[in-house]
Amino acid sequence: MKLTVWTYEGPPHVGAMRVATAMKGLHYVLHAPQGDTYADLLFTMIERRNHRPPVTYTTFQARDLGSDTAQLFQDACRDAYERFKPEAIIVGASCTAELIQDDPGGMAETMGLPVPVIALELPSYQRKENFGADETLFQIVRHLAKPVAKTDRITCNLIGPTALGYRHRDDIEELTGLLSDMGVDVNVCAPMGATPSDIARLGAAHFNVLMYPETGESTCRWMERDLGLPFTKTVPIGVGATRDFIAEVAALTGLSPKIDESRLRLPWYSASVDSTYLTGKRVFLFGDGTHVKAAARIARDEMGFEVVGLGCYNREMAREIRATAKEFGLTALITEDYLEVEAAIEALSPEMILGTQMERHIGKRLGIPCAVISAPVHVQDFPARYSPQMGFEGANVIFDTWVHPLVMGLEEHLLHMFREDFEFHDAAGASHHGGKATAAPAAVAEPVLAANSDTAAPQSGEVIWLSDAERELKKIPFFVRGKARRNTETFAQQKGLQEISVDTLYEAKAHYAR
Amino acid sequence: MTVNRPIPATTGCRETPVLKQRGQREVFCGLTGIIWLHRKMQDAFFLVIGSRTCAHLLQSAAGVMIFAEPRFGTAILEETDLAGMKDAQDELDSVVAKLLSRRPDIKQLFLVGSCPSEVIKLDLSRAAERMTQTYAPHVRVLNFSGSGIETTFTQGEDACLASMVPVLPKSEARELMLVGALPDVVEQQAVSLLEQMGIGRIRVLPAHRAADQFGVGPNTVFALLQPFLGDTHAALERRGARHIAAPFPFGEEGTTAWLAAIATEFGVSQDVFDRVTAAPRDRARRAVAQASEGLRGKSVFFFPDSQLEIPLARFLTRECGMTAIEVGAPYIHYNIVGPDLDLLAEGPTLSEGQDVDLQLDRCREARPDLTVCGLGLANPLEAEGLATKWAIELVFTPVHFYEQAGDLAGLFSRPLRRRGLLKLEAAE
Repeated sequence: MKLTVWTYEGPPHVGAMRVATAMKGLHYVLHAPQGDTYADLLFTMIERRNHRPPVTYTTFQARDLGSDTAQLFQDACRDAYERFKPEAIIVGASCTAELIQDDPGGMAETMGLPVPVIALELPSYQRKENFGADETLFQIVRHLAKPVAKTDRITCNLIGPTALGYRHRDDIEELTGLLSDMGVDVNVCAPMGATPSDIARLGAAHFNVLMYPETGESTCRWMERDLGLPFTKTVPIGVGATRDFIAEVAALTGLSPKIDESRLRLPWYSASVDSTYLTGKRVFLFGDGTHVKAAARIARDEMGFEVVGLGCYNREMAREIRATAKEFGLTALITEDYLEVEAAIEALSPEMILGTQMERHIGKRLGIPCAVISAPVHVQDFPARYSPQMGFEGANVIFDTWVHPLVMGLEEHLLHMFREDFEFHDAAGASHHGGKATAAPAAVAEPVLAANSDTAAPQSGEVIWLSDAERELKKIPFFVRGKARRNTETFAQQKGLQEISVDTLYEAKAHYAR
Repeated sequence: MTVNRPIPATTGCRETPVLKQRGQREVFCGLTGIIWLHRKMQDAFFLVIGSRTCAHLLQSAAGVMIFAEPRFGTAILEETDLAGMKDAQDELDSVVAKLLSRRPDIKQLFLVGSCPSEVIKLDLSRAAERMTQTYAPHVRVLNFSGSGIETTFTQGEDACLASMVPVLPKSEARELMLVGALPDVVEQQAVSLLEQMGIGRIRVLPAHRAADQFGVGPNTVFALLQPFLGDTHAALERRGARHIAAPFPFGEEGTTAWLAAIATEFGVSQDVFDRVTAAPRDRARRAVAQASEGLRGKSVFFFPDSQLEIPLARFLTRECGMTAIEVGAPYIHYNIVGPDLDLLAEGPTLSEGQDVDLQLDRCREARPDLTVCGLGLANPLEAEGLATKWAIELVFTPVHFYEQAGDLAGLFSRPLRRRGLLKLEAAE
């Protein structure tokens, strides 16, 4: 038994629903009690889907348990086939139905439905949503994909994008364009938009693009082994990763890796003088493994940030994220415990968080700006505009998204210049965070003070701030004060000092100058 | 005293045959109630003993994720608990011990059963008894089921309140108890109106804090604030309390009838009643008239959701000029919604339970002007050109009593008004 407050991932059958809902012509019959139908709203509300997910729930009740839940399942299966006439059906059990052991797969197979029936075994008490999606796609592909003749033109399959995925819709469009620029067509994109008959012709492609290892890796590995399709290993998020991806595709296909980069703006935006203020910003990264790994590289190599901590919530990616962390000289935080992530952020007090919607809330509370880089998704993560993460436009989008929550460069200088001015007092905050003027509860600037104010000082243990030094510290603009406090304390500890004076403050400043 | 209540032209819907179909139900389970109950009971913690699905539901159903450390959580059952490798009761003890040591502010702990805990027959009442002994007098531990195999959406609140009734002390006092978790501001309005009529000693179940406890006994009379409190109703009657049946306090008419039933019970004179209610009644009438302008002559179709459907259909048809096509409810408790059914004019189909696909067929066929349904159905129906109102908002928003009557009508008229405002058709 494990006490959980908030979860990063849903149960595995929700992963299966993400695959079913992404596809067309497929229906999912789920042996589950009525409450499990809540999952429909994830798709209709968060993703604003204009149709119900193609899922029939048996919605058994307590009184059915004594009688025949198996019959209930078979009726639901038959009715679903009659009503929706899918090309294929997937069947499975949610956590509760797993306990009553009705074997939906076995029952559905004996019903003689005139379409393929694919049974899913998703252990609800061991695994989670990403596993559910990955396993479901794998089972569908394993059952339906057959060796077929290759297309004449060089084509690939895009593997991994699902319903409720973080920017999957736009990543597909961006990658399709990028590959087209190289001379590669897309044979099938799966599961998003694919029908069971599309799945059958996956083997016609020359290679697979593994977009999201979380949801597509098992499928790509199986196709590599059984259909002889190699797959790309680099996830093209960020400038460097996109270029590596292009090189990988070129190596697989023999096509030229030289493509037009005129749409790519991140490198110049990062090099331009206004971005100087981004230098060495201390960032903390948390999310799914794929997005964190990509974001770490972008943060360090393309934005000039300092990565002070990183981690992921999906254990399937633990090994890779540990390796990434090691490369950054860090220890990875692999956890699904939201409170643990919060504690880590609090201890590191980074200047910015790159995380999920959960970390965005942590940031709000601690007064640390946050940009979202990964699922679990929120209605905000489905913007109306084109907003990919992958490819060149993805890099542009990421630059804007990450810079937006920060105090802007020129504004930072102005704040510094006018820090004695009454309009620029600490609590005034940054002007583009409009909520401040109206005293909105979720103001960004203020909690920085709270988190780093006098009350927080004893945290650092034995070192004591003398009142002169404390006053001097307050003259430093709020958005760098946390860093100044921490640097000074570290410096004092290294020097074995018990007290921090004004001199110590400036000694430390000189020590850390860069 | 008597109240001049317009009697419907027909006999009402109490005798109307009910359409019962068995198929897929598209409803929340009772765990959802924790979302509002934990806000209401400020020193209570709700510990669901369930699966990852339960935890995911709680965070998704709230619509917004608050992400503070909330006063609810899920003890997620793991493979070892199910395989009997560990004693689930011992595991639960250690989870609770950890929880209570971290949260010394907790005075009431609810162990909430879920589908998996019911199926594996984890005895939570035994656990609650044991823990009450361990943690008394500091923490009181109760249990109820919010499982989807036994409860639908608002029945979770019912199960929770019903679990609190047996531990109320015995009392001989002649007291009025209001039952149901409403937002504080609304609860205050009701209490204030009744106090102005001279009805003192008003208790509310659930109380804000465990310490605000009160008794129950044969001299207790109670009025329900919500129509879904069937088990709580039964539990209170078992303690000797007597129910004051009345239409529910939605809209001007419902509020007046609800107050009047209590006033009659306590012998309040017509003069006093009129003096206390005249001004807010008048305000409510005006507010409803204004907010319901866009609803007059329009039709409404209810999918089953919160059990508020019948009283709301009464409000919409009698005060807002709408026609009801179908009124679907997950359950119909005749002894509770009877007075509302009496006032609801014959005509609509009454349905109990659900086969969602067949019901959707009927809805598409009828093409109502407004469909009241859950979040899973709303956008798909909008995409088919049907205006919808999410039912869950009716539970989360203050809608009871006079001062909210206009807001209640507004909740229904806004989707229609919005459709009128948007000019998005492509040029011909």
